[in-house]
Amino acid sequence: MVTQLWLIPAFPLAGFLILSLFGTRLPRKMVPLIGVGVVGVAALITIITGIDFLQHNTAGYFVEQHLWTWFSIGSFSPEMTLHLDALSLCFIFVITFVGFLIHLYSAEFMKDDKGYSRFFAYINLFIFSMLTLVLANDLLLLYLGWEGVGLCSFLLIGFWYNDSVDAEKNAYAARKSFLITRIGDTAMILGLFLLVKDFDTLNISTILNEAPNVWTANSSEAVWAAVLLLGGALGKSAQLPLQTWLPDAMAGPSPVSALIHAATMVTAGVYLLARTHVLFSLAPSIQLLVAIIGAATLFIASFSALAQHDIKRVLAYSTISQIGYMFLALGVGAWSAAIFHFMIHAFFKALLFLAAGAVILAVHHEHSMFKMGGLRKKLPVVFWTFLFGSAALASIPLVTAGFYSKDAILWYSFAGTNGSVWLWLTGIVAAFVTSLYTFRMVFLTFFGEEKTPTHYKPGLAIKIPLIVLGILSLVAGFIELPHNFGHFTPFSDFVSTTLPPVSLLANPAAGETVLQVLAGVLALVGVWLAWQLYIKKPEPLRQFKYGSGAGLFRFLHDGWKFDQLYDVVFVKPFVWLSKIDRRDFVDRIYGAVGFFNVAMNVVFSRTQNGKLRYYLLGIGIGAFIVLTIILAL
Amino acid sequence: MSELPINAGLVLAALLFLTGLLGVLIRRNILFMLMSVEIMFNAAGLAFVLGGAKWGEADGQVMLIFILAMAAAEVSVGLALILQMHRLFKSVDSDVLSIMKD
Amino acid sequence: MIMIALILILMIGGILAWLLSAVNKNIPKWISLIALLTDLLIIVFFWSNNAGNISFAQNNRWLTEVQYEWIPQFGMSFHLAMDGISLVMTALTFFLGIASLLSSWKNVDKHTGFYHFNLLWLLAGITGVFLAMDLMLFYFFWEIMLVPMYFIMVIWGHENSKYAGWKFFLFTQISGLMMLLSIIALFVIHGNATQVYTFDYMALLGSLAGGPAAFWIMCGFLIAFFVKLPSIPFHSWLPDAYTESPVAGSVIVAALMSKTAAYGLIRFVIPLFPEAAQNFAIPGIILGVASILYGAKLSYGQLNLKRLISFSSVSHMGFILVGVFSFNTLAYQGVLMQMVAHGLSIAALFIMAEFVYDRTGKMDVNEMGGFWDAMPNMGGFTVVFIMASLGLPGLVNFVAEFLILAGAWQYDIVLAVLATLGLIVSVTYSMRILQKVFHQRNHTHSYSLHDISVREWVVMGSLTVAMLWLGFFPQSVIRIAKPAFEQMKMIQPENKEATREANPLQSSSIITFTAKKGGGL
Repeated sequence: MVTQLWLIPAFPLAGFLILSLFGTRLPRKMVPLIGVGVVGVAALITIITGIDFLQHNTAGYFVEQHLWTWFSIGSFSPEMTLHLDALSLCFIFVITFVGFLIHLYSAEFMKDDKGYSRFFAYINLFIFSMLTLVLANDLLLLYLGWEGVGLCSFLLIGFWYNDSVDAEKNAYAARKSFLITRIGDTAMILGLFLLVKDFDTLNISTILNEAPNVWTANSSEAVWAAVLLLGGALGKSAQLPLQTWLPDAMAGPSPVSALIHAATMVTAGVYLLARTHVLFSLAPSIQLLVAIIGAATLFIASFSALAQHDIKRVLAYSTISQIGYMFLALGVGAWSAAIFHFMIHAFFKALLFLAAGAVILAVHHEHSMFKMGGLRKKLPVVFWTFLFGSAALASIPLVTAGFYSKDAILWYSFAGTNGSVWLWLTGIVAAFVTSLYTFRMVFLTFFGEEKTPTHYKPGLAIKIPLIVLGILSLVAGFIELPHNFGHFTPFSDFVSTTLPPVSLLANPAAGETVLQVLAGVLALVGVWLAWQLYIKKPEPLRQFKYGSGAGLFRFLHDGWKFDQLYDVVFVKPFVWLSKIDRRDFVDRIYGAVGFFNVAMNVVFSRTQNGKLRYYLLGIGIGAFIVLTIILAL
Repeated sequence: MSELPINAGLVLAALLFLTGLLGVLIRRNILFMLMSVEIMFNAAGLAFVLGGAKWGEADGQVMLIFILAMAAAEVSVGLALILQMHRLFKSVDSDVLSIMKD
Repeated sequence: MIMIALILILMIGGILAWLLSAVNKNIPKWISLIALLTDLLIIVFFWSNNAGNISFAQNNRWLTEVQYEWIPQFGMSFHLAMDGISLVMTALTFFLGIASLLSSWKNVDKHTGFYHFNLLWLLAGITGVFLAMDLMLFYFFWEIMLVPMYFIMVIWGHENSKYAGWKFFLFTQISGLMMLLSIIALFVIHGNATQVYTFDYMALLGSLAGGPAAFWIMCGFLIAFFVKLPSIPFHSWLPDAYTESPVAGSVIVAALMSKTAAYGLIRFVIPLFPEAAQNFAIPGIILGVASILYGAKLSYGQLNLKRLISFSSVSHMGFILVGVFSFNTLAYQGVLMQMVAHGLSIAALFIMAEFVYDRTGKMDVNEMGGFWDAMPNMGGFTVVFIMASLGLPGLVNFVAEFLILAGAWQYDIVLAVLATLGLIVSVTYSMRILQKVFHQRNHTHSYSLHDISVREWVVMGSLTVAMLWLGFFPQSVIRIAKPAFEQMKMIQPENKEATREANPLQSSSIITFTAKKGGGL
């Protein structure tokens, strides 16, 4: 079974092909059957493969399947080869399993949309591309998946292309996301060129094995390779300074936000960095940069989340922020902690988006949290699962999975050899803010008085994914307990066959337990503060928000004004140049030549007046002048 | 054989030529223009004859006969064209023909 | 023999089409279709027969070759030859010829006979250009292309087609004359040196590698090719010509005729003047980079759909210049792929624009929008074409751009980086095409739109399949062109790749790894 790796991406691809070619002609009931079914089969195969894999998993174990050679020029021949190791197994598990749940959810969520089959076609193509990305054994094949998910993201953000009100906005969000991620992708492909030049191959295993021999640590090639690959990761994972596309990407349908813009695609950057970790070890300065970018992003994004009205934008900023934690972990070399957080984050963030989608359906496509409220009684299942997800996001201690995964990152950022107090401090402050904005969202949406009446009852296809993910958000953390209690670490043991362990300081300044207690207390304080500010005594905050703090709220709401900055620096000049030079000044130059000729034609055609006597006069004068010249010489 | 004042002859030829040229340039009547062309031919012929006499060669006279033959041909064609023109335009004014420039 | 047949079928077909149009005005298009299909079948058959025989031996340079005396007094011979590059390009010519014919199947209703005569002779000229191995014969076919194109543009074009036609004619004719001067100069210099006065390509190879004379003669060729490519600053005829032509004209002039220039660069300029070309490398790449960026910027600013697509062509052809002057096999293979890729994608986009125009009668993108509702199939195809144009992996354009840029990186990193920025700006105009026409504000109510017919489905579908097939299996083209590029590598004065392979550290380490990899499974 394990040798038939290609089947895993093949099923979603088949789903895409069937739906895109015959989607409109299929009966409507067949569409979800195919769309969801193929992903379900892929998830099943993944689980079987995973069980098989676990039985052999020893250090350096991997499974490869060569499909065909893409092309071969000289000694450079990128191959279509699938590669399964612990890291990619983790990812394909999340992609197919969470993907399946989200597909199931969409079957009901999208059932009245006229683009039903188109939706499943796109989302199947997305699953295929994402699987290609994580299973690729060659950076070029990885890039194929990498761009493929970008395409699907573009298509799905702009899915409602002629929604009468939002068509322009959706189209703008779609092309913005594509363009900004493309900037990152371009950096990445430059990195590939560099690797091609120095290694003559893009085979990941070869490069990882050879890099320490070919490059010395801190050599300029190593640094540049790391920077350029990092650029790709920043774009895809919406990290500073390329983070601005993700909040706008929420224009897409909620399942899309859950699957692409929270659980899977945006973590592709994390995967890339983990996959090429050797290159970053060769460029410690860049690895530090990864940590700093992660810390800065998580800090900035968590504060932005605090000032949003739109429930999905809160979640979008929280996604940016949580991926920031993953980058922080990658930056301090805690590879397995990053992957662990990725997995837990996929569960609870997908859950939050799906639940938010149900809420939005319930309140007639209203996105503003201030117009929701009191939904606790009306939507019990949604409320409880949303609460579990929020608890995990806020990392409520001991009972949620988010606590265990985030705790590991905070601990390593403090005690790891590459860590520092400052990174930890940023992380812990943002963790507090996270808890605050998360429960602000919970309280505004589900508590207080009812502002929009609703009679919506989610069906089974929506409830099942919510419940499964809700349970996972609580219990999935137990597969990796901190060292100081339990020391039960099957997850990091599992990925340790692929990723090196983190190195810790011999004696850090504070014990792990102290920090855990601190983090736990801060999370609970955040919940309490949210309760006070938004339910108990909302007046002071409201006064501040519309009074002296308005500017600050505006600033945070606009995501620290990055959009406006880019608009002025890049977008406006380009559009202005295009407009001013629409007629192409080069063409004007040739036009001038043409104009000169026409003008001469006008002048000389005056002389052709048709009067014989004038012509003769011309001849006479000409002859006279010529003769004079000849005689004079 | 008495010496022919060759310079005087050439001046006469030049004067005749200029008369013809001026006639062509100034007159608008195409018949007069044709006559002026004839005068210019004769001026050229005179110059040829003078040249032949000066060097004692027959070439000058030969050229004159050529010119006379050509002038005759030219006049016949020219007159035919003028007749045609007169028939079409009811005029012998050369400027009328300027409508043919386009 | 097969090559003469290819050209003659088209020429005779053209004359027949013209003559028989008197009988019935629907006959000519069937004659064109049959002639082109026959040619395509011949070339496919030839390809599949020869795919196994590709070898790297030096004496086996051509897959097939014919040479007859033509005007021996002046050293001109009728010399046709085909190697992998020509094979790929002729196959592309017939394939796109059929696509352009089918896309305008119902649009041409006046002078149908003369139209199809021009179409077939134009394609015959292009085929001849790809096959001619005598410089005078090459020039002859080069000019044959020009006249039918002019007629197609002027007689069957849009409103402003006379202006466009004249502009096209002047640019290409003047630049063509420069090339003629260069050809004659080369002939004379070679003849004076060797006492063998000939225009034969093989004889002239290596006769004039470097020096000022080589530079100036090369410039003559370059101008002709730069104009036809086109490269900045000679691109000014292009938007008018592409926009005002009827669809078949746009497709052929953009997808095929511009390729003759790219082909000329790798067939003539680099092999005939290896040293002079090396010295021109940096300016050449800079021109390429300028074309990529400026073309993209111009494209983004346009309001007319066909102009938008036209300027994108300038941008894409810039990659060819970058590749040609990067002097390594990666980049050369990339150039060939780009010729195919751009041919397919630009043809596809023009055909899409034509189908939209057929239904709306409009070219202004501001009067379009939301067409996906009414034409989901066309929208789906357009997504593929747009993605091809912005170089999405999995489609052939990506392979081409990747190879060119990876090759350029090995030549000059800074310029390669600048050229790669083209990948970003290509997003701006490509998205504009897709979103302005198929998404955003809904304009469907203004027109009676219907989704694509079977004929249109076949055209767009076959282009899509070709793009995807070559995107995933480009090796079929790369392999057949390999010997030709091996030949080119040999004549280069300094061989960067050789020095790279000679680096003991890298090559040895890669070998040791492949040994290790074997035990992995």
